[in-house]
Amino acid sequence: MEKIMFYILSAIIIIFAVLSVTSRKLYRATIYLLFVLIAVSGLYFMMEYNFMGAVQLSVYAGGIMVLFVYAVMMTDKIGEPMRTISSKRKILPVVIAVGTAALAIFAIYTYQGIGVVNEPTVTTVEQVGNKLLTYKPGGYVLPFEVISILLLAAMIGAIVIAKAKKLVNREKN
Amino acid sequence: MILTNTTNYFAQLVEYLSGQMGLGGQILAYVIVAAIYLGFFAVAGLLLVYIERRVAAFFQLRLGPNRVGPWGLLQTIADALKLLSKEIFGTSRKDKLLYNTAYYLVIIASLVALSVIPFSIGVQAYDLNIGVFFISAVSSVGVLGILIGGWGSNNKYSLLGGMRSGLQMISYELSSGLAILTIILMAGTLQMSGIIEAQRDGFFIWRGHIPAMIAFFVFVIAGTAESNRTPFDLPEGEAELGAGYHSEYSGMGFAYFFLAEFINMFIISAVAVTLFFGGWLAPFHLTDHLPYQPLWGALWFFLKVSVMIFLLMWFRWTFPRLRIDQLLTLEWKYLLPVGLINIVLMAVLVYFNLVF
Repeated sequence: MEKIMFYILSAIIIIFAVLSVTSRKLYRATIYLLFVLIAVSGLYFMMEYNFMGAVQLSVYAGGIMVLFVYAVMMTDKIGEPMRTISSKRKILPVVIAVGTAALAIFAIYTYQGIGVVNEPTVTTVEQVGNKLLTYKPGGYVLPFEVISILLLAAMIGAIVIAKAKKLVNREKN
Repeated sequence: MILTNTTNYFAQLVEYLSGQMGLGGQILAYVIVAAIYLGFFAVAGLLLVYIERRVAAFFQLRLGPNRVGPWGLLQTIADALKLLSKEIFGTSRKDKLLYNTAYYLVIIASLVALSVIPFSIGVQAYDLNIGVFFISAVSSVGVLGILIGGWGSNNKYSLLGGMRSGLQMISYELSSGLAILTIILMAGTLQMSGIIEAQRDGFFIWRGHIPAMIAFFVFVIAGTAESNRTPFDLPEGEAELGAGYHSEYSGMGFAYFFLAEFINMFIISAVAVTLFFGGWLAPFHLTDHLPYQPLWGALWFFLKVSVMIFLLMWFRWTFPRLRIDQLLTLEWKYLLPVGLINIVLMAVLVYFNLVF
């Protein structure tokens, strides 16, 4: 049963990933990407890593994809052909994509630490939280704090940008 | 506290059938569970539409539907038949694929969210260890259905409706998330059955006193906004947008959006009942010693949910619709700060053991 589900999910991921890259319609491409992200969260649920699956759903599918869809909604219109870039400018992205894929495959095949288990272990929220906030070996408290400072800076930046005109006007007066 | 799955009737069904027939039995069991949920979805949706119309009539001193069947109970079935037999037409240059997947996305999101709600002792399709978080994650995917439908119709009013809906749902998700977290601080688990089990000696609305009450109000307001109901039904503001994101849908396409909205209302009520009023637990252990516990549990659950749904319908026929700037002011300047202060207050109370 699990094997069948895994193959179905993988097929969905591969098919929609390819479709999302090759589609000529911008809005459809974003929706195909949405299906890829939902299928990836399905893989997490299969691994009994429920927290990660729900985070994938709410952050990627529910948050970032809504932003993407919003942006495309404002700029794209039905019936308008998508702008294509010249083949010269396609070279660099292709090189970067192939290089990244090669690097990832190389890393997976040379890293020896990955063990295979038959039964998935349930990861609870407590475990995730404890790991995030320990400063002992294996803890992630420093990256956690750095990311929260980064997010705070981004929030303040967004407010300043949104209120820039008002602030400038106040100084003038 | 993590409960075992031994009393889950759906899990038992899957185990029994897969033991009898192997892989085929397992798949058959899943299909049966899915069919039960689909049946519940349809029946609850139709009933809620009927109840909504009766409640509306009650508030406006009318009679409401009372001709088809006893007390007009079959009115919504007649409506569904009418919608099924309607001619389906849309705008000429719509994006066919997106136009037709939009309502499925909305409906699947609310169906999946339904699967983690505990209806009674052991009547829950999937007891995830992150139940509440899962519901809010899945319902955030449902927004995309509305956005796709609004854009795919190729109509500027639909587009505006979809955009408003996205704006509103993303904003109010924060507040409802904070309200849920406030209660999670007391429960100590995200699992739906665990949250209910933690309320055996008193519901959280009582044990958490002031912060729990505030969280409840914030959750109900945010929940109403998330399910796009009046006074937050700007996405379909009929006065200025025709019918908003579903103005280009006809027949069953429209009915699906409509049903999903009512089921979302049910989900919001069920989550509120689970978090604040103890889910299927009987108040003051009234029926704890009687036989047929799952039946009593279901009775209490549906009684509480009905009261919550009545409250939401009461809102609908009492408050006038907000303007878009009022809507955003309410969320970002009032609800969100209140929610943030409230969660700190709750953390302090839990830390110093000042909750009952």
